Amino acid sequence: MASRTATIASGHGLHARPAAMFVQAVNDSGLSITIEKDGREAPAGSILGVISLAINQGDTVTLTADGENVDSILDSLVVFLETDHDAE
Amino acid sequence: MTNKEIIVTGIGVGRGLVVGDVLRMPDPLPEPTKTGSTKTTEEELVRASSALDQTAMDLRARGVQAGGMAKDVLDALALMADDPMLLADVKERINRGSTAERAVFDAFAGFAAVLETAGGYMAERAGDLADVANRVIARIMGISAPGVPQSETPFILVARDLAPADTALLDFDIVRALVTTHGGPTSHTAILAREKGLPAIVGATLANVLVDGDIVIVDAGKGEIVLHPTADHVADALVEAQSRQAARDGATGPGRMADGHEVQLLANVGSSSSAGAAVDAHAEGVGLFRTEFLFLDNDTAPTVEAQRAEYAAVFDKFPGQKVVVRVLDAGADKPLSFLTDEGEENPALGRRGIRALFAHEEILRAQLTAIAQADEASLAEVWVMAPMIATVEETEAFVGICREFGINKAGVMIEVPSSALLANHILEIADFVSIGTNDLTQYTLAADRLLGTVANLQDAWNPAVLRLIREVGLAGKMTKKPVGICGEAAADPLLAVVLIGLGVTSLSMSPTALADVRAEISRFTLSEARELAERVLSTRNAADARIAASAVLTQ
Repeated sequence: MASRTATIASGHGLHARPAAMFVQAVNDSGLSITIEKDGREAPAGSILGVISLAINQGDTVTLTADGENVDSILDSLVVFLETDHDAE
Repeated sequence: MTNKEIIVTGIGVGRGLVVGDVLRMPDPLPEPTKTGSTKTTEEELVRASSALDQTAMDLRARGVQAGGMAKDVLDALALMADDPMLLADVKERINRGSTAERAVFDAFAGFAAVLETAGGYMAERAGDLADVANRVIARIMGISAPGVPQSETPFILVARDLAPADTALLDFDIVRALVTTHGGPTSHTAILAREKGLPAIVGATLANVLVDGDIVIVDAGKGEIVLHPTADHVADALVEAQSRQAARDGATGPGRMADGHEVQLLANVGSSSSAGAAVDAHAEGVGLFRTEFLFLDNDTAPTVEAQRAEYAAVFDKFPGQKVVVRVLDAGADKPLSFLTDEGEENPALGRRGIRALFAHEEILRAQLTAIAQADEASLAEVWVMAPMIATVEETEAFVGICREFGINKAGVMIEVPSSALLANHILEIADFVSIGTNDLTQYTLAADRLLGTVANLQDAWNPAVLRLIREVGLAGKMTKKPVGICGEAAADPLLAVVLIGLGVTSLSMSPTALADVRAEISRFTLSEARELAERVLSTRNAADARIAASAVLTQ
């Protein structure tokens, strides 16, 4: 089991486009990853789960997963979350 | 057959005006009945999951076809259609005896309710979910999903509200305008209309009466739809539409009125990254460079060197142009731990703005040092101003300190009624003034601008606010010194004209508002703007002021 925390950089938080890109990246990884904010959890591969956590800019989330290459996959997801995609 | 003209109002987006035929988008599907399933659980599961799969595939295919931003939107919708949490919920409902269509309907509605509770931006995404649900249900039932009507000839699209999947494939050469009966100024429809420069009227509840083939005039500038217009009215509208379009198309240069009178059009900028948008929108410089971004989220003030680098990054984007830097404006809405006092009962009336800086003069001096250093190395024409000036003495003190740092153009913001009334004295000392209409309105009406319950009072069209602005305009004329506006009011095209009539010499706004304001002011001469201002000043309230100004437009 590995976990990482990340602080959301995108101006609109993890909604709409950044959320979709994140969920796509999670699904592409093939791992079953959980995302947690303030004690509430959702599967990170579910856009509805991610959106309903109402994750805003500056919020801290924790990603947890198990499996092959888990460390490098989680690291790259953290980089994604800590990039401001609304500013691109 | 003679039909009387009917006028339906809503919230206009943009300034466009078009005449055209209505095509309605069909209303959403009826709710699937709650009657239990007569099929086996397995059959219902297959119906639901294959419809979900196919809808996701269809949305992705449309995304590939549309490309660009639309592809991102459609891909996000596809992810909703094959969402694992949703599928689990649908399965559970089917296992309890629900039909596939009802299970999909309820499952999506459950998630939509969560988003709606969250409010704001999230609530508007609930519309996306309803749209995906409709597509899936239509597929299960073997009927065509409600979508945008297809037509070879131009039309005005009338819908309840538009979802991203509807608009992604809209042909904007065919659609002339958008009208919705639901949705507000931040709905997808409004955002899209702004992005595409398409006239739109949203939240026009009574537009429900419109049917296919109706001829209507859509005037986004006035937020008005005219049903069954008379032939004369149509002819006038077509002439007006052409002149508005020509004005907008021709509007890229500096701000100029119909008689050649120049009004500087500047941008409000909050950081070096947002300065790029100002350049793209042909701003003639920066009328308000907010420096708070450097200080927020910090326990201490940033170093002189860190500040200098940020200021220089903005100045460098405007060689030969004016950049008005506002020194740190800590206040009720943006407290800073090292500057603002805690526990004030009434922070909007407390030690904020220049008051806080005078109490911590070292922070002001460090900032002025950084600005002066960045100015020296840049080609921009750097002006500096202080927020929340209430007295002539504060003006003297601020301008005095600026001179110590060799700052040539030192001015103050007029946000407090007292300084508007004493603007003639203030302008004997300051090199310029800039009116912050948001705070000026808040203090004139004694209505906290952060408080929703008194939001109806926060309206810069209020003639009381405009009379104060007139005082400042007159003082500017007497002293021959610049009077700028850097509040929301400058971004309202018609109000911008009124402000010029009151003696304002420059307008600063968010870059996206520049094109419309530039076009609007080019339609009036200075003396027309003055007449307009006179009319507005004599009204009793903001609503009458708007009507008085709009009446001139229709003449």
